[in-house]
Amino acid sequence: MSTLSTLRLLCSQVLAILGKDIRYELRSKQTWLGMGLFALLVFVIFNFAFDLRVENRAAVAPGALWVAFVFASLLGLGRTIAAEREGGSLDRLLLCPVDRRAIYLAKLLGNLLFIGVVELVALPIFAALFSVPLFSGELLPIVLLGTLGVAIIGTLFSAMTAATRARELLLPLLVFPLIVPVVIAAVRATGALMIAAPDEPPWLGLLTAFDVIFFSLALLTFSYVIEE
Amino acid sequence: MAVINKTGAPLQEAAAPMRRPTLPIASLLLGALAFVGMMISIWVIFLYAPTDAIEGLSQRIFYFHVPVAWLAMLSFVIVALGGAVYLWREDERWDWLALAAAEAGAIFTTLTLVTGSLWGRATWGTWWTWDARLTTSLILWFLYIAYLMLRSYLGKTSTSARAGAVLAILGVIDVPIIYESVNWWRTLHPAAEIGTPGALPPSVVLVLMLSLASFTLFYCVLLIQLYQLVRLQHLTSRLRARLQVVD
Repeated sequence: MSTLSTLRLLCSQVLAILGKDIRYELRSKQTWLGMGLFALLVFVIFNFAFDLRVENRAAVAPGALWVAFVFASLLGLGRTIAAEREGGSLDRLLLCPVDRRAIYLAKLLGNLLFIGVVELVALPIFAALFSVPLFSGELLPIVLLGTLGVAIIGTLFSAMTAATRARELLLPLLVFPLIVPVVIAAVRATGALMIAAPDEPPWLGLLTAFDVIFFSLALLTFSYVIEE
Repeated sequence: MAVINKTGAPLQEAAAPMRRPTLPIASLLLGALAFVGMMISIWVIFLYAPTDAIEGLSQRIFYFHVPVAWLAMLSFVIVALGGAVYLWREDERWDWLALAAAEAGAIFTTLTLVTGSLWGRATWGTWWTWDARLTTSLILWFLYIAYLMLRSYLGKTSTSARAGAVLAILGVIDVPIIYESVNWWRTLHPAAEIGTPGALPPSVVLVLMLSLASFTLFYCVLLIQLYQLVRLQHLTSRLRARLQVVD
């Protein structure tokens, strides 16, 4: 089979699985609602935890934003494979004559979409609650690359932890240490948008490099972690 | 009757006839060598090495801290290499090596953090700073613990071995990125002074090299023992599964 037709087949498989997940999510609305509400609650808690004033707002806001995003993402990421297991559909998905990479890509795109929607809703609310001007086009690539980094690692590990008894406990323990560079880079890049700092290292470059390296690794290793 | 164990792996070793235990001479020799090396190291660290003019006595922690930190990092590389070879060759002995190295590495990383904190308290006046090396060591510690927790939750199965291998491979690539990103963020740790001529007196370098060598020997002894322990644990659980099938 030629490369082009293989690629076309992979795309159609990815789209089929992604379509199934979107349909499931649109009907149940569990993940979206849960993640969104959780992100809002983190904003509220941060508001109390840091006693926001005008002078410390710029220092606290980027951190609060990314803590909310990362924590909320993990809630959704944990459901990725676990929902399939609980529904008994994981075996059938694995029995399908599709490449394991297609399953990973579909799950990654689905997670990116769900988290993205939550972030789109949460961003204006965050800007209003923390009264920070965040509606610049420059924030978009930071949010996208940062979320992609979290989703790449999270999707891979959700497959690993789905089989364990304590997956809600184990997933953050595995994911948080690995995404430290993403969190640092995303928070600093967001902070640099609010207060222009001279001589900032290339945070977006770091985010891109991280995403590329770990995306390739995840594609290579996903077939090993999904249970047989 | 055909015996199938829970892991689904063949029962090659468990089915072999029991051999009479022989005295592990190589292991004993290595252990004796490590013991002598450690004794000499302790002697030279406290009696031969010169006292630092600025930092004073607390500088002697450095002769423990550097070898322990080196072994903590080496151990993670062994975990990742063992995992990678396991994924490639599907030979579970590599996985046992990885698991043994993870257990040893967790201990050495803890010791790195403890000795580093003690030295930091004496020299910087603080137990902890969010410097690149400190933060990276702490993340390394979290990775070790996450690895051991993952392995323990998944049990002695091939799923567990594969998941551990993937975590270790991702981790070993991530650790330099973490180091670089925290380094960009802020840094305070003293830079490496070996190699720059004239930075350290020759006696200090000698003591450090001796200490590095004997700690590495000690690590080898520990790794061999842990490997045997992990191997026996896996064989025992396989035998137990076999007994349940026979019942």
